[in-house]
Amino acid sequence: MEDINVVIAGAAGEGVQTVGDILAHTVSAQGYAVFTWQEYESRIRGGQNSYSIRIGEKPQNAPLLPADVLLALNEGAVNKYEPLLKEEGTLIAQKQLRKRMIAIPFADIAQGELKDTIYANTIAIGALIGVLGVDLDTLKRVLVKKFKGKGNKVVESNLSAAEEGYRRATKECKDMCPWKLPRQGGQYYLISGNEAIPLAAAFAGCRFIAAYPMTPSTGIITYLASEEERLGVFAEQAEDEIAAVNMALGASYAGARAMTATSGGGFALMVEGVSLAGMTETPLVIVLAQRPGPATGLPTRTAQGDLLFAINAGHGEFPKLVLAPSNPHNAFHETVKAFNLADRYQVPVIVLTDHFLADSQFSVSDFDLDTVTPSFHLTGLEKISDYKRYQLTEHGISPRLYPGQSEHLVGVDSDEHDERGHITEDLGSTVKAMVGKRLAKFDGLKGEISPPEETFVNDVDTVLVGWGSSRGALLEGLYLLKQEGKKAGMIHFTEIWPLPEYQFPEGKTYITVESNAAGQLARLLRSEYAVSFQGTINRYDGLPLTGEYIRSRFNEYYG
Amino acid sequence: MSTMDDYRNNVEIQWCPGCPNFGILQAFKKAMVELNKAPHEVCMVSGIGQAAKLPHYLNCNFFNGLHGRTLPVAMGIHVANPKLTTIVVTGDGDCYGEGGNHFIHALRRNPDITLVVHNNEIYALTKGQASPTTPRGERRTLQIKGVKLAPLNPLAIAILHGCGFVARGFAGDIEHLKGLLVEAISYQGFSYVDVIQPCITWGIHPVSWYRERIYKIGDDYDPGNREGALEKSMEWGQKMPIGVIYKTPPGELFAGRFRKSVTDRPLPELEPPDREKMLELLSEFRAAEESS
Repeated sequence: MEDINVVIAGAAGEGVQTVGDILAHTVSAQGYAVFTWQEYESRIRGGQNSYSIRIGEKPQNAPLLPADVLLALNEGAVNKYEPLLKEEGTLIAQKQLRKRMIAIPFADIAQGELKDTIYANTIAIGALIGVLGVDLDTLKRVLVKKFKGKGNKVVESNLSAAEEGYRRATKECKDMCPWKLPRQGGQYYLISGNEAIPLAAAFAGCRFIAAYPMTPSTGIITYLASEEERLGVFAEQAEDEIAAVNMALGASYAGARAMTATSGGGFALMVEGVSLAGMTETPLVIVLAQRPGPATGLPTRTAQGDLLFAINAGHGEFPKLVLAPSNPHNAFHETVKAFNLADRYQVPVIVLTDHFLADSQFSVSDFDLDTVTPSFHLTGLEKISDYKRYQLTEHGISPRLYPGQSEHLVGVDSDEHDERGHITEDLGSTVKAMVGKRLAKFDGLKGEISPPEETFVNDVDTVLVGWGSSRGALLEGLYLLKQEGKKAGMIHFTEIWPLPEYQFPEGKTYITVESNAAGQLARLLRSEYAVSFQGTINRYDGLPLTGEYIRSRFNEYYG
Repeated sequence: MSTMDDYRNNVEIQWCPGCPNFGILQAFKKAMVELNKAPHEVCMVSGIGQAAKLPHYLNCNFFNGLHGRTLPVAMGIHVANPKLTTIVVTGDGDCYGEGGNHFIHALRRNPDITLVVHNNEIYALTKGQASPTTPRGERRTLQIKGVKLAPLNPLAIAILHGCGFVARGFAGDIEHLKGLLVEAISYQGFSYVDVIQPCITWGIHPVSWYRERIYKIGDDYDPGNREGALEKSMEWGQKMPIGVIYKTPPGELFAGRFRKSVTDRPLPELEPPDREKMLELLSEFRAAEESS
């Protein structure tokens, strides 16, 4: 089957998210792979927002823009989003706005037959299910699961509403519903980056998170706080991002795996803490979920504009790691790796995501837990007689104990310090040794970094180079180009600092693909690998890269 | 039994000779001995400034972090390992200036830690600028025509925002200060001691000037009376009270609910969730299945 793209549009507060979530879960329960992404304005009521659901037999975790079905919850939503609807696509709305469409007055029916307009959205979901040819029983199961905590009356009314919507839509369908989605056997986790990351953190043994709410990172601490008892993670909303990063550092110094999460502006406040982690050699994991800047920028949109900021964050010279996961499955693995390496090398690790990865729901077949293991690197007490927190070693990694663990005292200092952590101005030997020791860890870290992923690189002349969450769009872009008879390959980085040992194959044309205006990846790779780029396909309007966007820009500039 | 020697180390002290900070250091050592704490049971957190160097001169665990950031670090430590006696040593610039926001919100959280502020009404390590507690009109090296801003009253702020133990000590009275530190550290909640610590290098008044104005709060004073305590916290200038200004039974502790409902063990002692548990959590992200 061809993938189907359903767009639900409406004002903030009208239930776009609820309708989208229930539809996504229903289609997923029907055995299909679902990918959802949302674009919304930074407001709680009003405006016009959309929730896109891509449905396919196999996971295609990349956004599509053109819609096969558009459900508009109000007339303004029709005006704004109708241009996205394909010519042969189906519009569903409350009023008859044109000849060929399905008009169902959800609110009036809810008020009349169910005595409460609250059921209007469930009627709309029933209609969508009817249009898409999904089993009504599957929707009923999802509704029962969702509403069973609210009592029988609510469940019954929702089931009646769903039936009514389904009945009306199938009656109105005529030639407008060519789709059929019978039950099939697929079983997928439907999960976002902001859900996979906290789960991975807990799996990695994280016990502490402090953060300040900032879109699009807030989901991470929210999930951990809501599961505090089951996961045993202490979650604290700090008074600001500076407090958040310092609380996490305190917890980490005291032996608990700790993290924080923020977006660009909050990360700017945390930067002195990144440097503190580097100097005190305290493990720390920071999730930096990007959105367009500078300053407040576009709070609810997506970007990859903080790559060079993340890599260069922190005054002074110290090693750090930056991992940029491509999807929730990869984010799970990279997050566990982030905790392991932060602990092993006693360094700050930044997990660089963005709004697109944070909030989009991807279909994941299996998290492959057998291939990822938390590893712990606190030093065993038996090895220590005279303890020195910053003992000089060949690889720069000193034995790490935590305070109160034993009679050994653990002292750490933001000043330049001696092996016991005391302030020093012994410039000739101690200072040089400490600088060298910290930087020596960089060599070890470099060896931990995986090379970029190569797709079709050997068979093509032109290679698109990307990083992080745009992997799905890049792969789809390659596929769309191939359909046109154009051959392009992909090199994709998820572990981006320190850059891995890697040789760009000679004699090819390289183009970076990035969600920023300045071509930051190109700049980084040029300086580290001395590779040259013909140009950059970039997007900086706050919307995610899509396969179609990459295809059309490629044809426009490089075809 | 711990002894004064347990808390001695051989780190060279960088304070000016004769600095009242030596008195505070001595009071800390005596308090630890009286509390019979072993050095490894104690964790001191400091920021930047002359006060922040104190943990280096007391043999114990320490985290000497960034300017103003002591309290967040200390709260992180305290959550991770409640068995540690966590003490913040800071100055008026560090705590009330750079770290003012953290001070206010630490009061609201009520962590079971102790905050000791060396208050010398001046930035000493940067050579004599005004601090948030410098009295209006007094000259400093940057405020050459006198400070125009109203001074902060941190004790009143603490009393108003839920701190259950508020005291003021004097670096020139070691025995009295030791008594306050013992009481503060023993208090089960956020305890706060502001210590008058005249700067003998940059300050405009000699230690004797303070001595003439300082008096000990008498036994007839009721530290449990909040209004009376607020009034006492505003006494300053010609008469400076030292002693326990406000003391009330502690309210709900920071992380108290977590300790009761999740664990009261140090967090590094816990094992991470196993694969079974992870699969159970992940299964909640699968769509409703036939059986459910």
